[in-house]
Amino acid sequence: MKLIRKIIVLISFTILMSCSNEQNINQSHGIYMLLDTSGTYTQELKQAQRVISFSLLKMKPGDSFAVARVDTGSFSEKDIITKVTFEDRPSQMNQQKRNFLQNIDEFVKTVKGSAYTDITGGILQGMEYLNERDPGKKTILIFSDLKEELGKGYKRDIDFQLQGYRVIALNVTKLRSDNIDPKEYLDRLEHWRKRVESAGGEWKVINDLERLEKLF
Amino acid sequence: MLSLDSFGLSSPLGIVLMLVVAIIALYVSRQPAHRAIISFSKVIHNAMRLSAKSIMAVESRLSNRNREVLLEAGREAKERMIEREFERIDATVRRDLSEYPAMHRLLSEEITEIEQDYQASIETPPEPPGWVKAVDAVAKIPSKGDPMVGNVLEDIHASLNKANKAATKEYRKASHKRHEHLRKMMPHWRKLLTVLTRADKNVTSILSRSNTIDQHMQEYESITNGTDKAIRILSSSSLQHFFTSLFVMIIAAGIAMVNFQLIARPMSEMVGGTTSLFLGFYLNQIAAMVMILVEMTLGIFLMESLRITKLFPIVGSLNDKLRIRIAWFLFIMLLFLATIEAGLGFTREILMEADQATNALLRGEEAGAAALESSVTWITTGSQMALGFILPFVLMFVAIPFETFVQSFRTVLGIIAVGSLRTVAWSLRFVGTLFKFSGKSLLHVYDLIIFVPLFIEQKIKNKQFNNSVLTDEVRGVKA
Repeated sequence: MKLIRKIIVLISFTILMSCSNEQNINQSHGIYMLLDTSGTYTQELKQAQRVISFSLLKMKPGDSFAVARVDTGSFSEKDIITKVTFEDRPSQMNQQKRNFLQNIDEFVKTVKGSAYTDITGGILQGMEYLNERDPGKKTILIFSDLKEELGKGYKRDIDFQLQGYRVIALNVTKLRSDNIDPKEYLDRLEHWRKRVESAGGEWKVINDLERLEKLF
Repeated sequence: MLSLDSFGLSSPLGIVLMLVVAIIALYVSRQPAHRAIISFSKVIHNAMRLSAKSIMAVESRLSNRNREVLLEAGREAKERMIEREFERIDATVRRDLSEYPAMHRLLSEEITEIEQDYQASIETPPEPPGWVKAVDAVAKIPSKGDPMVGNVLEDIHASLNKANKAATKEYRKASHKRHEHLRKMMPHWRKLLTVLTRADKNVTSILSRSNTIDQHMQEYESITNGTDKAIRILSSSSLQHFFTSLFVMIIAAGIAMVNFQLIARPMSEMVGGTTSLFLGFYLNQIAAMVMILVEMTLGIFLMESLRITKLFPIVGSLNDKLRIRIAWFLFIMLLFLATIEAGLGFTREILMEADQATNALLRGEEAGAAALESSVTWITTGSQMALGFILPFVLMFVAIPFETFVQSFRTVLGIIAVGSLRTVAWSLRFVGTLFKFSGKSLLHVYDLIIFVPLFIEQKIKNKQFNNSVLTDEVRGVKA
């Protein structure tokens, strides 16, 4: 009987310890996705929907996901198309995913091309969003050809602070000029890699959208 | 670093020289070296022997303690068995005794009926008619050829025949009536037989139970006397109980795992908590585990209240009214939790369907999502709900193997501890003996290394001995 008492005390102690020593291990994942809406790239937005759907499939309770457009001035909350932090109740989470998908669908149907491409501003906005959410894992997805074109008067010579960030360029399409001089394309990729890595971030390029598992 | 080269001893001559020096040194220090080796081996041997002795003393104490515990557990179990047998006899006797007045009345009534029928069926010889004597006197009149007399006699004969026939008819009628009475007695006899057979069965049952009690009492006496046979039987049954209960508890753990899988996810719909970890578990998982543990605890206490197990004597010693009330309360609580689990099973199915529909939508399978909604899922829903309802009641019975496990675990642990102590003691003795004989062997090896000086010493001693003998002989001759 003493043995039983000891076992009961041990179980109670374990339960109490589990209640008192709360270990909030942050395992959440935050994703900020930039959608290039400049020029002909809007035609690629259907591909972007695939990426968004795939990301939604993989996301778990507590994860944050925001999709923003890249236009003339992207350093603005107004450019965030839709954003969500998933609830920990499965039924609510399902509904959130459906709503998110619907918002993106509406955006893709009504989007109009922008004259300029402010990728830097988009990244800065993404950093701000993810820093606020403070997830365990931060990822910025750039769905663009990475050709930055700033409007007159826009200043973007700012260094990023990307420690703990993964920056993944998706579907980096080749421009007509890239076909004439492929070095332009490679230089563009190299330029962004250097900017991200020099800011302490991790750089990755995924052009094959059939292999999106690398995102997670 | 010093080496042989630094002393110029790397040459064969140097090595030989070194060996000679070493052998001489060993020879000179032979006596102290022998004493040191013997002392060392003795010290180790004695230390090991003493340690082994101490361990065996502990083993002996532990064995005695195990024996006491085993006997105590056996005595308690046997007492419980005897108590149960007496309770059964008590119930049988109470039931039969309560029926006894009714049975007695029934038997008396049946016997009275039989007696009445018997009295009614007694055969009474038919009364001879009164005129028979007169006829007899007339019949004795000598006829002497008188035709009148002959006619009279013939008339008398005819009358007699007629009377006889009437009497026979009457007699047959009476006999038939008596047979009817006898026939009526049959069901009474049968009823009597049934009642007596039942009584006999009850008595036989009591006798059989008394034989069982006798057997239990003999075993109980054997246990209280602490015989080796009792110890052997109890040890064997203890091991058997341990492994059986362990097997059942492993099955119960499997059931608990299934139950956990069934309720963990829908629990997140109730308590949330799937975003952060506590000791490696999500809050919904902890809640599911706690719920299962609570069900098991309720089950254990329900078994206690029903006096099926005796893990907590305080529950068993409560008065019957309170104990039954507690049992009902626990049962209702368990029923309540089982109902919640059934609800969680239902929620699980709904969540799964919603997940599948959303995933199909995200994969762009609109048709798939629609098909999922229209598919027949009531079978899996019903199965999950049924499982959720049944499993808490199944887990309730884990109290029985748990009690057996706890009781037999003490014995098994004791047996393992005794076995381990014996092994350690044997190892210590073995090492001690090894050192003892190693010391002796080392002496011989030592002597083998210095066999040359020893041989020379022996020769010198022999020569001295021969010389002294010779001198003694010469002295003896001279004298």
